[in-house]
Amino acid sequence: MARNILVVGELVGGQPTPTTLELVSGAAGLAAGGNVSVTLLGTGATAAAAACGGAGTAYASDDAGYDTFRAEQWLPAVEAALDQANPDLVLISQSTPGRELGPRLAHRRNTAVAMDCTSIVDEGGAFKATRPAFGGNAVATYGFATTPAMATVRAKSFEIAGGAGPSSTVALPGAGESRTNVTGHEQVVAEGLQITDASVVVSGGRGLGAAEGFEMVEALANAIGSDKAAVGASRAAVDLGWYPPSQQVGLTGKVVTPNVYFAIAISGASQHLAGCSGSKVIVAVNRDADANIFNVAKYGIVGDYKTIVPAIIEELKKG
Amino acid sequence: MHLVVCAKQIPDPETPPSAFRIDSATNKVVPAQGIAPVLSQFDGIAAEAALRIKEANAGSKVTVISLGADSAAAAIKQVLAMGADEGVLLNDPAFEDGDSYTTAKTLASAIKKLGDVDAVFCGRQAADWDMGQVGLLIAEELGWPVSIIAKSVGQDASGLTIQRVVDDGFENVAMPLPGVVTVSNEFGEPRYPKLPQIMAAAKKTVTQWKTDDLGLAASEVGAAGSRLKLEKLSTPPRGVAVEIMPGDTPAEQAAALVAKLRADHVI
Ligand SMILES: Cc1cc2nc3c(=O)[nH]c(=O)nc-3n(C[C@H](O)[C@H](O)[C@H](O)COP(=O)(O)OP(=O)(O)OC[C@H]3O[C@@H](n4cnc5c(N)ncnc54)[C@H](O)[C@@H]3O)c2cc1C
Ligand SMILES: Nc1ncnc2c1ncn2[C@@H]1O[C@H](COP(=O)(O)O)[C@@H](O)[C@H]1O
Repeated sequence: MARNILVVGELVGGQPTPTTLELVSGAAGLAAGGNVSVTLLGTGATAAAAACGGAGTAYASDDAGYDTFRAEQWLPAVEAALDQANPDLVLISQSTPGRELGPRLAHRRNTAVAMDCTSIVDEGGAFKATRPAFGGNAVATYGFATTPAMATVRAKSFEIAGGAGPSSTVALPGAGESRTNVTGHEQVVAEGLQITDASVVVSGGRGLGAAEGFEMVEALANAIGSDKAAVGASRAAVDLGWYPPSQQVGLTGKVVTPNVYFAIAISGASQHLAGCSGSKVIVAVNRDADANIFNVAKYGIVGDYKTIVPAIIEELKKG
Repeated sequence: MHLVVCAKQIPDPETPPSAFRIDSATNKVVPAQGIAPVLSQFDGIAAEAALRIKEANAGSKVTVISLGADSAAAAIKQVLAMGADEGVLLNDPAFEDGDSYTTAKTLASAIKKLGDVDAVFCGRQAADWDMGQVGLLIAEELGWPVSIIAKSVGQDASGLTIQRVVDDGFENVAMPLPGVVTVSNEFGEPRYPKLPQIMAAAKKTVTQWKTDDLGLAASEVGAAGSRLKLEKLSTPPRGVAVEIMPGDTPAEQAAALVAKLRADHVI
């Protein structure tokens, strides 16, 4: 059955975010010949639409008033697109804007949204959304009693397929008022390669014992290559102030899917695994042979990270 | 000021995966033997945020509301022991098995019934289903502004000043009142009540409201009113068995690991 699907897109630096492109590709797969449309708001939106391979229609406004996300400004614009696109399904990124837009948009359209989904399927004409629950200890699948079905979707849940961009662009109105006002923004992310893009993520946990432990974790990442590896942290390490929240991996942090994920002195709580279980290979270094991380790791070393990590660095240097 | 804290009682999220069971016939979590349900962690932190605003404004009061079974009174008592003034339990079989929407609608009805509320404090997400919707939906129900995932909550003449956690760092937001704020763990630890406070809270009566008290119909709450339908709940498949790297020294173990990773072509 042909279905109309609307993707609420996001821009960074005038380009659609990778998750926006993933959702457009995913929508193209689910639409079965129906129309896929995408909304883009902010400087460069109209031009950026061309990058959204798989979408038939773009709804865009280049108003710079949208550049700083305020939900109360975005909601009327996205609703204007919904009025025209009349979608059966709305897909939104599980991102800072998406976490807020999803529930508020669903409420305004008298429907429901499933948050933080990892897969959306069309089961005989009815959309089903699957998401982790109970900190990753369970997997829940939902159906929708109302339309449109709505879901916020995790990064990397769909693959980017590319293809031709939208054949038509419809202008959306400029930004209106917001009761909440953004009065400042402080960027706190590690320099260079981001954990969500890195092919290797080396993460440290509470078992490092002190903030200084991260120097060893960073040294391991550097030995692998600063163009490949980035450093992450468990929430316990972040809560202790040893590493910035932007580097937190897990349910309430970032979801990473590298080729290799090193869990150094991390116990493997389900909420941490929720952020790294999609990694191709998990390597665990932990001095407790019974730590839960060994239930998900492919390779493990049981021992003190203070002796194991330098040995791995030495071995890598041998080339 | 009158501040409301929305507090949910949940199965302990620290329950080890090995003790976590699902009844696939009912799609429900089987309570783990000997592990008591707890106040959802972020809601204790939301209570801390509300109590600090109360303490900075003489004559303020905090009301804690929970939608849940009889046992959820324990979550209310915990927030009362922290320093909240009154507790309301929304307890009615009709409320059971709702979704984020019916939960928010019911909580918002209770907030309307209280009448003079200036701010609502929720957790960033309930640590059972991890949806992160109810605070936002309460705001929409009430027509109030909202700010989510707060790291700190302060005050100025025009309302609340919130620092929130965003994807690439932090953002400062000014929000007029009445409004809703959801609080994250970056806020810091909640206070631990002392024994006299726990004893005093134990003696306090918790108000109980049902569907009728809130002017709601049974058809618009709980499972009957929900829009999102849970169809299947299962445990995720377990990974493969770990291969522990052989060797008597760190150097030997490291050599074995690096050889494996190179053979897998992943580094
Ligand atoms: C709702 C909710 C959301 C959450 N979200 C997240 C999240 O997003 N991300 C996250 O990470 N957590 C999250 N948590 C917390 C999670 O439950 C765990 O508490 C946390 O992941 C534990 O961090 P850790 O593994 O670093 O610390 P610990 O559990 O304390 O583990 C430390 C490990 O280090 C090992 N160790 C100690 N010393 C050494 C040594 N010298 N050498 C080698 N190993 C050593 C120990 O054996 C232990 O296994 C969340 C919790 C809840 C309730
Ligand atoms: N049953 C409930 N009773 C009281 N508050 C709740 C309930 N469910 C959710 N909340 C509040 O809403 C927040 C977000 O919940 P959720 O959207 O379910 O993740 C929680 O942290 C609570 O503050």
